[in-house]
Amino acid sequence: MVANIGSILSGRRSLLKGAAVVGGLQVASPFIIKARGETPVKLGMVDPITGSLSALAVTEVEGAKWTVEQINKTGGILGRPVELLIEDSANDTGTGVQKTHKLIERDNVDAIIGDVNSGIAYAMMGVTKEKGILHIVPGGHTDPITGTDCAWNTFRTCNTTAMDTSAITGELVKRFGKKWFFITPDYAYGKTLQSNFVKKLQALGGEFQGDMLPIATSDFSATLIKAKAYKPDVLLNNMGGSAQINCMKQFLQFGMGKEMALGGALFEIESVRSVPKEAQAGWWCMEWYWNTPGVPAVKTFVDAISPVIGKKPTARHWMAYVSIHAVRLAAEKAKSLKGIDMARALADLELPPEVSLMPGKIRYRAGDHQLMSNIHIGQMHPSEGDPDNLFTIAATVTGEEAAGSVESTGCKMVYPA
Amino acid sequence: MNALLRHKYATTAIIWALLLTVPAWLPVFGGYTALAGRVLVFGLAAMSFNLLLGFTGIMSFGHAAYFGLGAYGCGLFLKYVSASTPLAMLAGTLLGGIAGTLFGLLLVRRRGVYFAMVTIAFGQVCFYIAYKWDDFTGGYDGLRGFARAALDFGAFKIDIANNSTAFYFFILAVFGGAAVLQALLLKSPFGRSMLAIRENERRARFLGLPIEKHIWLSFSISCFFTALAGSLYALLNNFADPLGLNYIMSGNIVMITVMGGMRAFWGPLIGAVLFVALQDYVSSMTTNWMFFVGLTFVCVVLFFPRGLMGMFQKGART
Amino acid sequence: MFQVVMFNLTNGLIVGAFYVLMALGLSMIINLSNVVNFAHGNFLALGGYFAFMLTPYVGFWGALLISPLLTAVVGYAIEQILIKHVYARNHIYSLLLTFGLGFILQDVCRFFWGPSPLPLGIPDSLSTPITADLFFITWYRVFMVAVVIVAVTGLFAFLRYTRVGMRIRAGTLDLDTVSALGVNVAALRSYNFAVGSYLAGLAGVLAAGQIGLNPNMGDDLIMPSFIAIIVGGVGSLTGTLLGGLLIGVAAALTTVFYPAASEAVIYVIMAVVLLLRPRGLLGEEGMLS
Repeated sequence: MVANIGSILSGRRSLLKGAAVVGGLQVASPFIIKARGETPVKLGMVDPITGSLSALAVTEVEGAKWTVEQINKTGGILGRPVELLIEDSANDTGTGVQKTHKLIERDNVDAIIGDVNSGIAYAMMGVTKEKGILHIVPGGHTDPITGTDCAWNTFRTCNTTAMDTSAITGELVKRFGKKWFFITPDYAYGKTLQSNFVKKLQALGGEFQGDMLPIATSDFSATLIKAKAYKPDVLLNNMGGSAQINCMKQFLQFGMGKEMALGGALFEIESVRSVPKEAQAGWWCMEWYWNTPGVPAVKTFVDAISPVIGKKPTARHWMAYVSIHAVRLAAEKAKSLKGIDMARALADLELPPEVSLMPGKIRYRAGDHQLMSNIHIGQMHPSEGDPDNLFTIAATVTGEEAAGSVESTGCKMVYPA
Repeated sequence: MNALLRHKYATTAIIWALLLTVPAWLPVFGGYTALAGRVLVFGLAAMSFNLLLGFTGIMSFGHAAYFGLGAYGCGLFLKYVSASTPLAMLAGTLLGGIAGTLFGLLLVRRRGVYFAMVTIAFGQVCFYIAYKWDDFTGGYDGLRGFARAALDFGAFKIDIANNSTAFYFFILAVFGGAAVLQALLLKSPFGRSMLAIRENERRARFLGLPIEKHIWLSFSISCFFTALAGSLYALLNNFADPLGLNYIMSGNIVMITVMGGMRAFWGPLIGAVLFVALQDYVSSMTTNWMFFVGLTFVCVVLFFPRGLMGMFQKGART
Repeated sequence: MFQVVMFNLTNGLIVGAFYVLMALGLSMIINLSNVVNFAHGNFLALGGYFAFMLTPYVGFWGALLISPLLTAVVGYAIEQILIKHVYARNHIYSLLLTFGLGFILQDVCRFFWGPSPLPLGIPDSLSTPITADLFFITWYRVFMVAVVIVAVTGLFAFLRYTRVGMRIRAGTLDLDTVSALGVNVAALRSYNFAVGSYLAGLAGVLAAGQIGLNPNMGDDLIMPSFIAIIVGGVGSLTGTLLGGLLIGVAAALTTVFYPAASEAVIYVIMAVVLLLRPRGLLGEEGMLS
């Protein structure tokens, strides 16, 4: 029997509990979500539960577990119970690939879900394609996964960087102006992000300056001095993780918040929660938000999941939720668990609102297998009332509008004969 | 002596018998073929490293660099030059081996902790270049967009690209070839002088051995074999990752070697079995796997410094 | 222009000061015990997390005093329980031991405080800029440099004027003789390890105030510390001091002119030093070679 990581659901461990377990170790009891009876449908999930992306991965896994429990309560997939097998990629590509092999070869999973790290997700695609297994990438943003390197068996739930940048650029230009300064991490993801921004900005007649910094930069003063001298309308913070937070902290410490607007593509709630109040600021994209008025299904979902996880769900919960339901819908439409049948069924399948949790016709586009989901643009702020009320939506852009044509992504979808 | 020799041949025979029948028995124990491939790759890397540590008595803590360069060399060749698996492996082996040979020149006069620190720093330089040069190497995201190609012998083809059993036997063949070469090397006069340096460097020097040259040569050979293992790793994952060059990987290679037993020829392979199985199992059981891996390191150092094979070798000195 | 000059000066000092604090502790342990402490960065993180825990009760200033001491106590205990057993063995064992220890400590931090970054609150008076023109120099930065200067001066005074300090210096030069003279070398190494851990803990508190906390925060600082020691020369604390400042200022200067290379430059410096002066700037020939 396969044991799994069970400690995730317990969330942040309290000191007391930690002290009780001598030596600070914790052995998880085998965690298996499974209904009685028939051979279960097996879903394999690979995510970086340890390593620098763990905060995001832990939320995704939490969302996936909850979703599988719900599905099992309402009849499973094709009338069969669902079993979720979770493996830690440890934010290491070799490990991620190995775990994917393990799930497919040893555990015979019917679909693979993962990884938060785009690089690992991409490497996993090599394995899933070779084995002909349906692969859903819930939350790795790098463009090529549904662009130049797209594959018939891979579908992506979160947005591409191109979609996020395209959605927010117009809004920032409209509100603040078109003279921009970029602070961007010097690696492939950062470069793609910035070049997407620049393309959009220049199309609107804007001008810019910027610095490319090492990914783990912790001191931004040199760059902020340059930014201040340039007097931009908007400062774009493209850094990630703690670098992003430190950049914002120093920006505000230096009193620059009064002189220019601050924004960027993504500032995820998981990060927002861990920064001091003064850094809960700026204009950002939100790929899904719990407080979306006008969609009853969102409220139902939030009310059901919040008591279980002890807080409001984030976009990462949603990504896992949609991804797992996508497998269910694909299997039910295809009446099969074969990768190729499910992939054909899922392409262009319109997700019902209780799955998409968004208004409009949400689907994984057949041309590149990218989910055409709405993108919210808005402002981050310290919590008001509800401790999870951190974001106010100002505008919403549809996925089609943000993504552009399939041709522009560079994807040529080829199914096996 | 005869008993010892017989014991040695028996060990070798058992190991080969087990390796050749992996696809038959591994699934019974809850394993899978890709896991066995990983064991062989790490086993080869650690055996190559052990030429230096166990048989020359020199400690490097930066062998991930040559492992990783082997992987990148192989991947870059497949991606940019030609889809030929053997040539790509040659390219990877040469890249890692030559880099090691050059670094070795700067290293040979250093000893002890200083030697280790400089090897770590060199390793980080390679990590850094792979990480930084993202137009060419894929940077932080790793090198992608290549795949191992089927072996084409003209008359017939062996599909190592899609058939995982065939690929396992391919890795095993490469591993076997490398192991035979290493065994021959250790039996050669040069191998004997490596042992002499390990046992007593000063005495070896008095006997007229060119110590620096021998250490350099031994470092260089070790790097070539490690890079060969690295090129196999790239084929195994169809991916090359900057983390494969990082000092954490170097630490893992050292650990595998010590865990299995650094005075035994097959020790590192046994270490790889233990390490890969432990990592695979524990990281599926608990998110606190780092704690257990760290604890294993500490326990091996404190309680089993001679490794698993060392425990069975009576009379061997540490 | 004034801003740029001031900036380079202060920023180089700040970055260098971090490296110096880390590297001095590491260097002391290498010199006396021949152990490269891979877990040194984890001691730094531990110092930061201790401060995070203590701040609500004793305030930032109290935490600044107590956390490094707690880190030193942890360091002393770990030396007693684990590290002292490998002094007599091949270096490979001490490297592996501290490597594994680093894994354990990192996981312990993640276990108790979670994987997400955490902020360490610093007094408001420290988070404001010193003047409107020098908006980029907050009082915290000035304060950090001051603390490092005090700590380094204190360390050198300790080594020069106290009995234990003198023995540590003597042991670095010739351990056998010191031992033959009747000094308890085992105890000396334990004190020395505690002092090294203290410096890591102090660096951790300062770093946490500036960049926040996460379980692997030490990883980014350990490589520059290695390089500071190699550049300065193994065996010389003054060399380590110089090496740390040198690579700090170099990294800061590069950030101004070519930000993407700010990490690369320290490796370049190391390569140049190794080629031209393999024993390091102030290293003694024959030391540990």
